[in-house]
Amino acid sequence: MIVVGELINTSRRSIAEAVRSGDRERIQAVARAQAEAGAAFIDVNAGTFVEKETDYLLWLVETVQAVTRQPLCLDSPNPAALDKAMAVHQGVPMINSISLEPERYEAMLPLVLDRPCKVVALCMGQTAMPTTAAERMAAADELIGRLTAAGKPVGDIFVDPLIQPVSVDTQMGRAALEAIAGIKGNHPSVNTICGLSNISFGLPERKRINRSFLALAMHAGLDAAILDPTDPQLRASRLTTAMVLGEDPYCEAFIEAYEQGWLA
Amino acid sequence: MSFETLSQTVIKGDMQAAAELTRKALDDGADAQQILDQGLIAAMDVVGRKFAEGAMFVPQMLRSAKTMQQCVEVLKPHFQGAGMTTKGTIILGTVKGDLHDIGKNLVAMMLEGAGFRIVDLGVDVSPAAFVEAVAKENGQIVGMSALLSTTMPAMAETITALTTAGHRETVKIMIGGAPVTADYATSVGADCYAPDAGSAVTEAKRLLDV
Repeated sequence: MIVVGELINTSRRSIAEAVRSGDRERIQAVARAQAEAGAAFIDVNAGTFVEKETDYLLWLVETVQAVTRQPLCLDSPNPAALDKAMAVHQGVPMINSISLEPERYEAMLPLVLDRPCKVVALCMGQTAMPTTAAERMAAADELIGRLTAAGKPVGDIFVDPLIQPVSVDTQMGRAALEAIAGIKGNHPSVNTICGLSNISFGLPERKRINRSFLALAMHAGLDAAILDPTDPQLRASRLTTAMVLGEDPYCEAFIEAYEQGWLA
Repeated sequence: MSFETLSQTVIKGDMQAAAELTRKALDDGADAQQILDQGLIAAMDVVGRKFAEGAMFVPQMLRSAKTMQQCVEVLKPHFQGAGMTTKGTIILGTVKGDLHDIGKNLVAMMLEGAGFRIVDLGVDVSPAAFVEAVAKENGQIVGMSALLSTTMPAMAETITALTTAGHRETVKIMIGGAPVTADYATSVGADCYAPDAGSAVTEAKRLLDV
């Protein structure tokens, strides 16, 4: 399970304040905590600042990479901001994201081809959000087909089936799970990823919902998730599920976590 | 006549019972507008308040709103004269280049529940389409949603288009969506920022003083 740490996002008030005031230590502490909790990528998102997004994104890349060896997930719908952020990023970043919306696809394609990177491919339709598993799988087929034909290695693609809240439509959890399984069935070498907490929007006890959904999604074939790696119960759930699914040889990670005392 | 039982049934989201109670109220001689105001909209006020307090959640809100819609269908043929009186007309849409509609749909539902007439233009709505709808539908508020930092500037473009078309003096502008902030609303010259469906109702009432 590849964990993308979601906490450095300016839609969170404490992060927005730290970015605005140039508080390097605050950002670096959040980056370190996520890396220590097992994040393989650290997401950075300064989208709420609109005009200043590019400057702040570059500052975040430099600030976070000064203290962690983890590559970053550069998170923006803005191709110009991503282009500049990729130029200063050390190592191979994950780019979040490309989709089939024509304007976005055309603008993002050269960016993700020019330099080595992982790319999140959203199963957004050309004119609407997907509803069914079949719509998600069709979008995935087209994205994977077009990106690989353009020269992107399939293993660098992280397909996001787009998780929608069960509060709005109770069939959305199942639709996403069936899409993950279907996409992995059709394209075994592609990766799947999702923004986990979308599933629980509009409901109480969101963390419980996120944990249950993560376990089910891992069973369906989810390879990566954008989540809070420092949430101890989510971390425990992730480790336990991986073990039960046979992805933890000799149950080593599970037992180690138990010995370190944070499974309780 | 008291509509307390009807209100409670709408809050609970019991569609069949609520439609039945609405029919019964009409049979008992109640006025359709009175049933709407004191039974249905009053119920949705409670739902909105409970939602804002965290005492009700999205699925319950949707269920109540759907229940109200069924009751309104029962009422529709019974309105006197010019038909249903509303609190005003609100033009809603997700801005150009943006396909996200979950938040916008929740806002539409709650505004409708509060007694506003909603003209929902859907997603990927161009500034010209907003302008056209304001003119055609006599819109008093334009509500715009954006979920992407790259599509937020379309809010400013729409406001400019409304100004150019001469509508800015007569129409109020409300914006919302995950990356949108109160500061951003001020910077683009919107009249208000609504962070969620509950506050959209509060703000719309304030803007139109209803």
